[in-house]
Amino acid sequence: MNVWIAIGLTVLGCYAVKLAGLLVPAGALERPLVRRLAALLPVALLAALTAQQTFSTGSALVVDARAAGLAAAGLALLLRAPFLLVVAAAVAVTAGVRALGG
Amino acid sequence: MITEPEARGNPAVPGRPRAAVIRDALGVGVAVGLSGFAFGVTAAGAGVSVLQACVLSLLVFTGASQFALVGALAAGGNPFTAAAGAFFLGTRNAFYGLRLSQLLALPRAVRPLAAHWVIDETTAVALAQPDRKSARLGFTVTGLSLYLLWNLTTLLGALGAEAIGDTAAWGLDAAGPAVFLALLAPMLKTGTERAVAALALVLGLGFLPVLPAGVPVLIAALAAPAVLWMKGRRS
Repeated sequence: MNVWIAIGLTVLGCYAVKLAGLLVPAGALERPLVRRLAALLPVALLAALTAQQTFSTGSALVVDARAAGLAAAGLALLLRAPFLLVVAAAVAVTAGVRALGG
Repeated sequence: MITEPEARGNPAVPGRPRAAVIRDALGVGVAVGLSGFAFGVTAAGAGVSVLQACVLSLLVFTGASQFALVGALAAGGNPFTAAAGAFFLGTRNAFYGLRLSQLLALPRAVRPLAAHWVIDETTAVALAQPDRKSARLGFTVTGLSLYLLWNLTTLLGALGAEAIGDTAAWGLDAAGPAVFLALLAPMLKTGTERAVAALALVLGLGFLPVLPAGVPVLIAALAAPAVLWMKGRRS
């Protein structure tokens, strides 16, 4: 049930902000500070989520095969690999390190 | 990532050939649409049912928010903090919509439908076009191809993950963070963005062991106003 509550709230919230952008008069969200915050919020959230989903299990901080996978993804990004290849590199390296007992 | 040619809106500049616009739009739609597979797998690995994963892709349809939600649920977050994290990631779409409403000049009746497709990729393709007609075409083709593929591959990924059982053994638990990193990398252009990312990383990991699941991410979001405030004080 908790999952459905979370899904319902996310559906409503995410659609509302998409629609708001198309409906509000230009200018309402155009203040420089609001624009700066809107650009920086995803940066903060994505950085925190990347770190958490790589270095944690439950509420414990851990370093395991996922760290190697993320490093591979980072390398693929530096080499300007396409999106799917970046994800594939992370998955393959993580699986490889686990298979080797890491 | 998003480029805006100066020529847009200038009637003297001829529109792009339809075929070129469609080719670009399909390229983005197919490449990103296929990554719905990673979402389906991640959702199933997080203990979300196939139906729930499909409902998310059908009705939320903004990838980062979907990954964040299933990640938070997997970590044991309560539904409200999990949804809050997903919502904050979705707020950027409001700003895309603001740009698109001027560029596409959609009739009022179409806007509630078009709104569902206002995401990173459709905005990037639409803004890259030199005129309104190409922008509308690019937005529609990207939106349609991405929506169809994203939902199809979500279903396949979720079913496949259920079939193979332990997704971690296949390294599939690394797909979520890799997607986040790929979305984050192009945003790290200036010192300000890097400072926000670094502070958010420290806050997100630092509070993880001591606060309930989902809350540390919301605290990490405060890195954005905090860095802006510090910059304002220094200048």
